[in-house]
Amino acid sequence: MGDHDVAVLGVGMHPWGKWGRNFVEYGLVAARAALEDAGLEWDDIQFVSGADTIRNGYPGFVSGATFAQALGWQGAPVASSYAACASGATALNAARAQILGGLCDVALVVGADTTPKGFLAPTAGERGDDPDWLRFRLLGATNPTYFALYARRRMELFGATPADFAKVKVKNAAHGLANPNARYRKAVTEDEVMASPVVAEPLRLLDICATSDGAAAVVVSSLDYARHRGGNGAVRVAAISTVTPSYPNAVIEMPDFATDSAAAVPAGPVTFRDAIAQGAYAEAGLGPDDLDLAEVYDLSTALELDWYENIGLCGPGEAEKLVHDGATTIGGRIPVNPSGGLACFGEAVPAQALAQVCEVAWQLRGAAGERQVEGARVGLTVNQGLFGHGSSVILAR
Amino acid sequence: MTTKERVAAVDGWFTLDDTDPRLLGNRCTRCGSYFFPKASAFCRNPSCDGTEFEEVPLSNRGTVWSFTTNHYAPPAPYVAADPFEPFSVAAVQLPEEKMVVLGQVADGVDPAMMRVGDEVELVLDTLFEDDDHEYVVWKWKPIEGARSDG
Repeated sequence: MGDHDVAVLGVGMHPWGKWGRNFVEYGLVAARAALEDAGLEWDDIQFVSGADTIRNGYPGFVSGATFAQALGWQGAPVASSYAACASGATALNAARAQILGGLCDVALVVGADTTPKGFLAPTAGERGDDPDWLRFRLLGATNPTYFALYARRRMELFGATPADFAKVKVKNAAHGLANPNARYRKAVTEDEVMASPVVAEPLRLLDICATSDGAAAVVVSSLDYARHRGGNGAVRVAAISTVTPSYPNAVIEMPDFATDSAAAVPAGPVTFRDAIAQGAYAEAGLGPDDLDLAEVYDLSTALELDWYENIGLCGPGEAEKLVHDGATTIGGRIPVNPSGGLACFGEAVPAQALAQVCEVAWQLRGAAGERQVEGARVGLTVNQGLFGHGSSVILAR
Repeated sequence: MTTKERVAAVDGWFTLDDTDPRLLGNRCTRCGSYFFPKASAFCRNPSCDGTEFEEVPLSNRGTVWSFTTNHYAPPAPYVAADPFEPFSVAAVQLPEEKMVVLGQVADGVDPAMMRVGDEVELVLDTLFEDDDHEYVVWKWKPIEGARSDG
């Protein structure tokens, strides 16, 4: 048990979907569920940490205060974090710092989003100094464009095939069947994946995650507070990694036009995606062999395979074998995305990293129902936000 | 027939020179790191305290690191052809600068013929047009028959 542990007292979600309502409403549902799960009243919360959404106007930029107001002002200090897909982990880290710094005992972390139809697009306007705007304007480079570049690279380096990618979707779809919070709860076959429309070669529609509405919330506290309150405090946050890349970052990253140059400083062997999980392992004093499950950010099926290697489940080029052998299926050696992952949820950006934490918490409590990973004691989440935001959380009991 | 004015789709990122088009990056005069788009004010190499940069034309040839073809029209601010035609995007490794730079693949290239490791060169090509202007951008074009094993 580490010096930096905090307790996970409660978790809650609003189901993912395309509900078309205000993101605050989803956040409230998730927050109330997490409070109820923790056995706490809203008044008990001493700090509110919001994960921001940038597609829902000003309330989304000040999400901590937005949720606090919606729950009914009770005076607690707030913070609001934006780190793209990593926003949830960053918000959780802000809450943890308050607790570990002795500034509060118990905090509520909330992320929620309402997403538009189709591709995620940059903020509107004529913004010639914003790389996220420019990559759409000058390249027509959507998010799937970048996912596809990684997928093609995987095919080239390791001989991966579209059928390998499809197997990831089939696995995740099967995992998500019994998840009441998942948006897509339908078995999918390899043939269906490979017959779906091509979006960005080699990736097809069913290889790529959708965008969704949804919300997730987590109540965390000091270990002392958890002991005094009893309840669901057995699960602890053992590490949070929000690392940034090391120069030169030699892998092209969304939304960039180019990598750093390795002309003056050679690129090291550890990629940014490797470093994200390594940061969490180092902090927790654990390694890949200690994991019982992982929730990885499967923006695409091929990217899930990359993550297997980035988090150390196997060596480079060995991920296809893991999915073929069923090692990452529930019941296998190291189940990945027992929740069903983004394949079954779609992405609700500021909620997604917290949703990963919710899933691991349920798994470690043995409360995941039909998708339970038997005897799970340690789980890792990993994700990456654009503009260089790492996000990895290790939970343990 | 009127000729549309040919303008760069973005200012200062490349030369409008059809015979030898180049991307314009810059290089830290202290450590020699390249940047594209250009860096300003401070060198981004954390072990360098350089503050001065010289503009440099980047290599006009490189090898394909990866590529893809988009089959759906990207959202605004992309100006998609109507009717939409699939287009390809390549990530290209520049040898001298040791960096990977994205660009669309030149019109008329069959992506089924492309491979990782192909040698490509920089060309100028139409990004979109309005009534009075042709907006041009850099694109990558495979060099006939040139393919490295890497």
